[in-house]
Amino acid sequence: MSAVLVTTTINGDRTEFVCETDETLLDALRNRLGLTGSKEGCGTGDCGACSVTVDGRLVCSCLVLGVEAEGCEVNTIEGMADGDVLHPLQAKFIEHAALQCGICTPGFLMAAKVLLDKNPNPSEVEIRFALAGNLCRCTGYDKIVRAVKAAAKEVRKR
Amino acid sequence: MAMRYETPATTKEAATLMAKAKGSAFLLAGGTDLLVRMKSGMIEPDLVVDIKHIAATQSIKKSASGFRIGAAVPAAAMGEHPALKKAWPGVVEAANLIGSDQIQSRCTIVGNLCNASPAADSVPALIAAGAKAAIVGPKGRRTVPVEKIVTGPGTMSLKKGEVIEAITLPKRPPKSGDAFLRFIPRTEMDIAVVSAGVSLTLDNKRVVKKARVALGAVAPTVVLVPAAARAIVGSKLTDDVLEKLAAACSAACSPIDDKRGTVEFRTEVAGVLARRAAKIAYQRAGGG
Ligand SMILES: Cc1cc2nc3c(=O)[nH]c(=O)nc-3n(C[C@H](O)[C@H](O)[C@H](O)COP(=O)(O)OP(=O)(O)OC[C@H]3O[C@@H](n4cnc5c(N)ncnc54)[C@H](O)[C@@H]3O)c2cc1C
Ligand code: FES
Ligand code: FES
Repeated sequence: MSAVLVTTTINGDRTEFVCETDETLLDALRNRLGLTGSKEGCGTGDCGACSVTVDGRLVCSCLVLGVEAEGCEVNTIEGMADGDVLHPLQAKFIEHAALQCGICTPGFLMAAKVLLDKNPNPSEVEIRFALAGNLCRCTGYDKIVRAVKAAAKEVRKR
Repeated sequence: MAMRYETPATTKEAATLMAKAKGSAFLLAGGTDLLVRMKSGMIEPDLVVDIKHIAATQSIKKSASGFRIGAAVPAAAMGEHPALKKAWPGVVEAANLIGSDQIQSRCTIVGNLCNASPAADSVPALIAAGAKAAIVGPKGRRTVPVEKIVTGPGTMSLKKGEVIEAITLPKRPPKSGDAFLRFIPRTEMDIAVVSAGVSLTLDNKRVVKKARVALGAVAPTVVLVPAAARAIVGSKLTDDVLEKLAAACSAACSPIDDKRGTVEFRTEVAGVLARRAAKIAYQRAGGG
């Protein structure tokens, strides 16, 4: 078999998993580690539902092999809340009803967090460009953009 | 059969692995093309050689002879490099047009080149810039102009076992500028219908001394258009000269007809984009 042991740090915890060499990081997270927050929408890098960060950069985990994560720091949606305390982005998505079916939501939250970590005061254009790699079939995007703006305000207060 | 995954520490080792490979073997940079092809079943690699652990591929280096961009450097890192952006704004903006932020975190200009698509966004800008590919193969090293790498849609002049280690950009003389423009039906996340890259160097009187013009998505490969460059050398990019540039670009087109654009549309827009890109490059070179 071509199963390989991969050692990573996931959401701050040293994590080991075994996966096939041609298995994606998304499949490893979901099927090997039970981290099912990241979703598969397209599997081809177009929808962003599988967004996670690898060594601080936002990526589509459907286009990364599990074995490529060796030695990397991976952050997923499961690590966004601080225990029971939601991240301002999560709280504002709920408050602004920025989701309907919710499939796209983890990916939007991860992409929005990377944006706010870099730029806590983004313009609407900057928000829309930063979220251009994420598709939503339900909301029409407007509520998502509003939620990100509102969350940015919260983040700036902290 | 199980796929073998290797992470060599040197480009030479990568070349040896590729040269010795029996079945289907692929190099892996950012994976944004390769994984899509693997998952769609278009390819079933027996061996994947990940180049991201090779020190020589990992950084952007500035030297007396110009810039050296490692083959594993993601496009996002090019946009974060102030000196590169200052010297080659057109190359950086072309690389930064590839996909979304998620894709930018992974995709490389070498992967973009070696996917061998005529619509690859960074390639016209690289060719206009006079970029070269630093290649390591089983028989040693060679350096090849970027326009000589791709020979047709999906085909390349690289030999079995050859690995591109880096892309080099020449030293920038003063009063130089470059620019890249692409036409897509939306503002993000689409394949170029037409694209144009222009690089210029002016003399002290703001006359174009040197020029290179390249077009994307209008022929089986990205094309360098020497006639377009000749049309503007010796000029201050006045309107009549820009007309000649556009005409030379349109004449160099042999595009396909598809849902994104007709032959007539691509041919016309190639001239329009080249003219606009030339104006931007001229401004950046200090031509005003
Ligand atoms: C959602 C999405 C959007 C996209 N949008 C765009 C876009 O707007 N514009 C655009 O031009 N492209 C786009 N692409 C295509 C792709 O992202 C680019 O072509 C990218 O630059 C490929 O780089 P990579 O490092 O990911 O390549 P990889 O997938 O790693 O490799 C691509 C090819 O190059 C070969 N290769 C890799 N490294 C080397 C090397 N060192 N030497 C020799 N051969 C090598 C590989 O074997 C493979 O055949 C998009 C792709 C996706 C999934
Ligand atoms: S599932 Fe990864 S981008 Fe759609
Ligand atoms: S909420 Fe359903 S896809 Fe976005």
